[in-house]
Amino acid sequence: MAILIVQVNEQAVETTLGITILDLLQQIDITARHIAVEVNLNIVPFEDHGDTILHDGDQLEVVTLVGGG
Amino acid sequence: MGTVVANDLDVVAMDDNPLKIGPFELNSRLIVGSGRYENATMMRQALDLSGSDCITVAIRRERLHDAYGDNLLDHIDSDQTILLPNTAGCYSANDAVRVAHLGREILRALGNPGADWVKLECLGDSRTLLPDPISTLEATKQLVADGFYVLCYTTDDPVTARRLKQAGAAAVMPAGSPIGSGQGILNPNNIRIILEYLKNEDPEYPVIVDAGIGTASDVAQAMELGADGVLLNTAIAHARQPLVMATAMRHATLAGRQAFLAGRIPKRLYAAASSPLEGVIATHPFPRNETK
Repeated sequence: MAILIVQVNEQAVETTLGITILDLLQQIDITARHIAVEVNLNIVPFEDHGDTILHDGDQLEVVTLVGGG
Repeated sequence: MGTVVANDLDVVAMDDNPLKIGPFELNSRLIVGSGRYENATMMRQALDLSGSDCITVAIRRERLHDAYGDNLLDHIDSDQTILLPNTAGCYSANDAVRVAHLGREILRALGNPGADWVKLECLGDSRTLLPDPISTLEATKQLVADGFYVLCYTTDDPVTARRLKQAGAAAVMPAGSPIGSGQGILNPNNIRIILEYLKNEDPEYPVIVDAGIGTASDVAQAMELGADGVLLNTAIAHARQPLVMATAMRHATLAGRQAFLAGRIPKRLYAAASSPLEGVIATHPFPRNETK
């Protein structure tokens, strides 16, 4: 199976060709709740996570809400 | 308005409007942060006791190896609360704008109305956590153009405050003193000038004292000066008894607001006797010299 490597929050993650954001989040045990995802600095709306295919070298940011003032 | 008269021994309070910021209406004039609590239960109870219907939250990277751990939203009823995402920790306009959009995406997915606003924090110095006025102004312009209602954390400088309002900020939020310092309102005169400048011909424009609150009297002071609201976090979260302090802050907000609406007496140099002079039984050691 072809392999690709993406960066998630600055950590390398090895995954498979053709993977979507939704599948990648499952692979790395992030349940898709209360998060926002950026790919190469562009926010991908949550409705599109299942249709957005990742490419080798993509840089993802996955953020959530934490306590703050 | 005529003098309020009590018909009964009911509690007498001035009628008050909700705090309006852009299209948002808050029943409580106290906005509280959700950071720095010892644990999530303490946070939830303190937020409830504060009476606030608006809670600030921060945006941070998801922890990759602890994704099934607690999420903040497991402890906040986001259907009953308007979340106010902040850009805390950002040191440039670009970062702040980026974080604001990420916050909007999370809140949009949640269906929380807070998706449309942001507490803008553009810092300029890590030791004082003072805001950078230039990047704050830049980010305000950009976020307003992107359709956000922007609540600007700023210093108590009236000129910067006026610039931020002119740039389209939905509310200006001068700091009483540095974030988390608990020093209270160091320059009430500047707060007074900001209120005068920003509310001139626009009395409903919201000015919220944000940061530096240490205790209940600081909140009351801000409200008595005429601020529309107070935003605080550490003063409750790090009090020895956070739940008791949360309750005290709720009362202080109401007390300060009611005192403002009731109208304080002017300060004067000389005394004004509360008891009548007429009919007093006393010899006077000095010639009388009362001020009228």
